[in-house]
Amino acid sequence: MATFHFELVSPEKLLFSGEVDAVVAPGAEGLFTVLKDHAPVMTVLKPGVVEIDEAGKKEKLFVRGGFADVGLGGFTILAEYAIPVAELDAAKIGADIKDASEDVADAKTDEARRLAAEKLSQLQELKAALGL
Amino acid sequence: MPSLKDLRNRISSVKATQKITKAMQMVAAAKLRRAQAAAEAARPYAQRIEKVLVNLAGGVSSGAPLLLSGNGRDETHLLIVATAERGLCGAFNSSIVRLAREHIQRLQGQGKTVKILCVGKKGYDQLRRNYEKNIIELVELRGVRQIGFEQGDAIGRKVIELFESGEFDVATLFFSQFKSVIQQIPTALQLIPAQIPANENDVAASGPQASYEYEPGQDEILATLLPRNISVQIFRALLENAASEQGARMSAMDNATRNAGDMIKKQTTLYNRSRQAIITKELIEIISGAEAL
Repeated sequence: MATFHFELVSPEKLLFSGEVDAVVAPGAEGLFTVLKDHAPVMTVLKPGVVEIDEAGKKEKLFVRGGFADVGLGGFTILAEYAIPVAELDAAKIGADIKDASEDVADAKTDEARRLAAEKLSQLQELKAALGL
Repeated sequence: MPSLKDLRNRISSVKATQKITKAMQMVAAAKLRRAQAAAEAARPYAQRIEKVLVNLAGGVSSGAPLLLSGNGRDETHLLIVATAERGLCGAFNSSIVRLAREHIQRLQGQGKTVKILCVGKKGYDQLRRNYEKNIIELVELRGVRQIGFEQGDAIGRKVIELFESGEFDVATLFFSQFKSVIQQIPTALQLIPAQIPANENDVAASGPQASYEYEPGQDEILATLLPRNISVQIFRALLENAASEQGARMSAMDNATRNAGDMIKKQTTLYNRSRQAIITKELIEIISGAEAL
């Protein structure tokens, strides 16, 4: 399979950089898969799991929102926060959910409340999906 | 003429000081390595976000978000002054504060209002002397062992909140850029309105390399990207500052250790000389006493 360059960076460090076959990312408007020569797209990510297919070896990383930038040079994810799914546990997601529900309670405007509530429901879905 | 006992005490106290400065130097060296690694690890993200921003901002024509274009006024300036929490690091804190102070004086000379947000206690202590009423807040990072993105994000959010409630028009960040152990450059960086790097024109000139598709829309992405960019810039500044602080402390403590060594040498010579003088004096007394008999 043809490969392309993929990078996953969080503010603290570069988490992944290399040639991959395919990447599945949780876009704001649904999951999407990127293969080689994907048309340039820029999108917001919601909290979810990024799945990297590197020569048949799959790697899963949890990201807490961010941006995806598919350009001619390759695919870059700017994650707000990212850790491998293997290191993820119920307590960490629980803490995120607690933060999110606090955000909902603290939100001053309707718009902010709507966004916070959306994030909360995404996190809860994710928790259920991972079976934690 | 100090007595021998005085000299002995002085030498041992300088030796104790030298031990402390030597230890501080080594601690700073170890911390510097960690801080430098953290600063380097954060670099890719900042570069990428800048690239994305350049890409996006080039396409925005009118009705750009306020964070990018500013609110059109230039009356109230917010100065975010990031310094260290601790002293004993040479001119590190004072050089940042000096740069900020020059900036304040220039702005006030132009009749503008200045507000200051201090990050780190040392800068606050120094600025408080002249600009107490201009300081709106102090963010302390004392308890933080390793600066994470949360700290940068928290400050970023605060700044954006202030901007949205119309507290200021232009925000500038002051920090020290880490060049090397002996060189840290105090820097002023304008955050709001965002400064898009100058190579924007080159990108436009070379033609649009890729016609992007935006999901949801260009404006929505920009609206989430800009606040994030501010947090990232602040985070990066904090990391650079942390590395600079340790570098400055390391060289300051190196100097202090060397000075203590010089001092010990000088005092020891003095001690030996006066000891010999006393012995000689006693010998002379004995000999002249014996001759008198």
